[in-house]
Amino acid sequence: MKKNLFWNWFWIFISLTYFFIPLYATFNFSLKARKGELSLLAYQQMMEDPRILRSLIFSTEIGLLTILLGLLLMVPTVYWVRLKAPRLRPVIEFISLLPFVIPAIVLVFGLIRTYSGGIFPLTNTYTGTNFLLIAGYVVIGLPYLYRSVDAGMSAIDVVTLTEAAQSLGASWPTIMLRVIIPNLRSAMLGAAFLTLAIVLGEFTVATFLVGLKAFGPVIWQVGQNRAYEASALVIVSFIITWVLMGLINYVGRRGAADGSVAAGPR
Amino acid sequence: MSFLVLEDISKVFPTAVGVEKFDLSVERGEFISFLGPSGCGKTTTLRMVAGFESPTTGKIILDGVDITDRPPNQRNVGMVFQSYALFPNMTVAQNIGFGLKIRKEPESAIKQRVAEMLALIHLEQKGNSFPHQLSGGQQQRVALARALAIRPQVLLLDEPLSALDAKIRVSLRAEIRAIQRQLGITAIYVTHDQEEALSISDRIVVMHEGKIEQVGTPFEIYNFPTTRFVANFVGSLNTAEAEVVDPQGGIVALHGIRLVSTSDLKEKRKGDKVMIAIRPERIGFIAEGEKENVFEGRVENITFLGSVVRLQLRVGETIFNMDTFNRPSLQLPGNGDTIRVTCSSKAVLVLSE
Amino acid sequence: MSSNARIVASGGNRPKPPSLRKSPPSFAWLGVLPFLLFVVLFLFLPSLSLFVGGFQDAKGNFTLENIRGLFTPFILNAYWVTIKISLATALMGGIVGFFLAYALVAGGVPNWVRSSLMTFCGVASNFAGVPLAQAFIFTLGRVGLLTVFLREALHIDLYEQGFNLYSFWGLSVTYLYFQLPLMVLIITPPIEGLRREWREAAENLGATSSQYWWHVGVPVLMPSLLGSMILLFGNAFGAYATALSLTGGLINLVTILIGSQIKGDVLHNPNLGYALAFGMVVVMAVVMSIYYVLRRRSEYWLKK
Repeated sequence: MKKNLFWNWFWIFISLTYFFIPLYATFNFSLKARKGELSLLAYQQMMEDPRILRSLIFSTEIGLLTILLGLLLMVPTVYWVRLKAPRLRPVIEFISLLPFVIPAIVLVFGLIRTYSGGIFPLTNTYTGTNFLLIAGYVVIGLPYLYRSVDAGMSAIDVVTLTEAAQSLGASWPTIMLRVIIPNLRSAMLGAAFLTLAIVLGEFTVATFLVGLKAFGPVIWQVGQNRAYEASALVIVSFIITWVLMGLINYVGRRGAADGSVAAGPR
Repeated sequence: MSFLVLEDISKVFPTAVGVEKFDLSVERGEFISFLGPSGCGKTTTLRMVAGFESPTTGKIILDGVDITDRPPNQRNVGMVFQSYALFPNMTVAQNIGFGLKIRKEPESAIKQRVAEMLALIHLEQKGNSFPHQLSGGQQQRVALARALAIRPQVLLLDEPLSALDAKIRVSLRAEIRAIQRQLGITAIYVTHDQEEALSISDRIVVMHEGKIEQVGTPFEIYNFPTTRFVANFVGSLNTAEAEVVDPQGGIVALHGIRLVSTSDLKEKRKGDKVMIAIRPERIGFIAEGEKENVFEGRVENITFLGSVVRLQLRVGETIFNMDTFNRPSLQLPGNGDTIRVTCSSKAVLVLSE
Repeated sequence: MSSNARIVASGGNRPKPPSLRKSPPSFAWLGVLPFLLFVVLFLFLPSLSLFVGGFQDAKGNFTLENIRGLFTPFILNAYWVTIKISLATALMGGIVGFFLAYALVAGGVPNWVRSSLMTFCGVASNFAGVPLAQAFIFTLGRVGLLTVFLREALHIDLYEQGFNLYSFWGLSVTYLYFQLPLMVLIITPPIEGLRREWREAAENLGATSSQYWWHVGVPVLMPSLLGSMILLFGNAFGAYATALSLTGGLINLVTILIGSQIKGDVLHNPNLGYALAFGMVVVMAVVMSIYYVLRRRSEYWLKK
């Protein structure tokens, strides 16, 4: 055991160094907007740029709508399948995992090809485009949404819970709103924060559908010509990710590692 | 000198109960059980014999050799784990042959030994199966074969049956005992199941909170428990506080009932309080002419337990359980009846604390 | 979650339960109609349109010309570079990630170090794309902090030594920032699944620590290790934002190529673009299938 300890610390040290340096370099740079002294000027400029705040609000709104649509779609479906059609469970599960196979760039390509003309020309209007963006994000988030909701439902054994509520005379809306949803709260919150983490900084789908209205493309654009502000933005977006992940841990959604795979904003 | 000696072993854990002053001599070929509730130190003691824990003080001597500081992989002691611990990536045959392969024995010798072991556990057909293709009972037999394949000096079994179904538990424990006798191997068996310990062992070591409570044959442990803990833990028992009436004559009084006990009361004085214990099956319906240890009880409840019927009797303020064999000719009293019962003076045990 | 993968992996060739014929017609599937409708509209239809487009010419006639077009040097090279970078980062991230995860799990490390590093891995595996690329520009770009430090303090000029952040290896180093923590997250449960009793049983039978690893530890972990690395491969294979903002689209990756094709018809043949995109899906499908098969195997071994 003793001799292994050296190697354990060796790998931890190497990794920590690797993780830490880029953050330090960026943070360090972000403080040097004013020549020869450390200042928060870059952060101040960032705050004063109306486009940045506007795009952050826009992406947050899109994120919240994505969560809403995703949960509205998945919660009743998973619940129904568990209750009435357990035979369909493998099918729903398989479909929910399919987005892992479709890279974001391919998805947006397909969405544009399908909805820029034809029967549903969604990209012709702002509302239509925003909806397409939300739909795209729901697709990307499908694997974790499914897993969170499904894990949440198996943890509380919804079938028995429903039967118990029914035997006590509860109506369907009562069962849903007073029994199922409250018990799924932490699973749903976990899925929500993860979805928000994906959507907020997402670049690929956003840039082709809505361009500089969204936060991700704006970070990119700022990075093209205003390095100090860009470094401040990187720090801010790192903190946002950190906070959202912290919230996920806080609401107790552990072991989600596998869910957060392959569909992030790479 | 005995084959395996645990000499004044203790193990100190920073937070949990360890083992205190454990002294035990095991003869060659003996089957010893460590019996006790979880956390009593029985597994810790076993793991010290295996070498996974090292004792804080004391010595372990195996066949005259002090092995206290030997690493586990140089002890030649076979171990069977509660969770089987079969290597999932190897077939049954590879699992059994693993220890021999590590010892660099020739391929042909390994093959022969594996075949022997498979025959011993009656799984000749399963050599090429993987552990996950076997039932729990089969897996545990393979684990047993794996431990025995290396011809260990001592076989250690750490609650090997507790993960199995009740039926398999009974048949497999008989099989383990038979194999142990057949090979003449010394075995130490850890369990929290008193029935298992009673049925399988030559001697039982009852442990409680890191200490030995009593060492004895199953017969001694069951019939003559020396401490209250042993009496309570092994079998079911009626206990009550009684008053010493005549220390020389071994007579105590319980709610005014005179009871004669063959237990030694000479150390006590008249008027001392003592804890007495009577096993339910030692209480019987009164026979003609019986005078000694006769008392009355009101029937509060009757429960069928299969081969045995258990009557709950109220004697004064104490509830006594009485077990009687379930025969077709049995004439049971009704609830609320008062019946006269008796027990022999040998059945009235006086417990030390 | 554990049962999920097993069902998925075996879902394809599972025979229909015979009771299906006997039972009365069920309308239970109606309840999943909204979900199916959504998936058809926004997942299947877009994928299908790319698939169909890949087999059409400009006039909409069936052709295999686009598929043939994929096997031209330029496009083959794009696939090759993408595969190479995915392989390289999957291997590096996989190996280092494994050792890091093992170091954290094996013990001897204070609990707070372990839990804070784990949390960090959760953050870092989701911190990717544009901000990540920029963080590395501030670090290893021509005037990046580390580049300057190495040059001025240690007289090592990375760029004179042949390093370039905007090239293959630069991109790899950057990808590692999400690959490594991802590996830690997915390999930790299998490492924790290695049971203490296996090691003890091996020792009890006479094995040394390295014999235990050689005969038991490594073989048992192998499916998880391979599976995790394959997942990392897929993870890097589909990456677009990081590569674009780091190299400005100068590196010839399939994702970059598709991006340029969406912006303007750089291939001068939209249908070739569709075939290109569908090719990615095929590669990903193969990758994920292997992953699920391997994961199923390791779950079989490591389940408690």
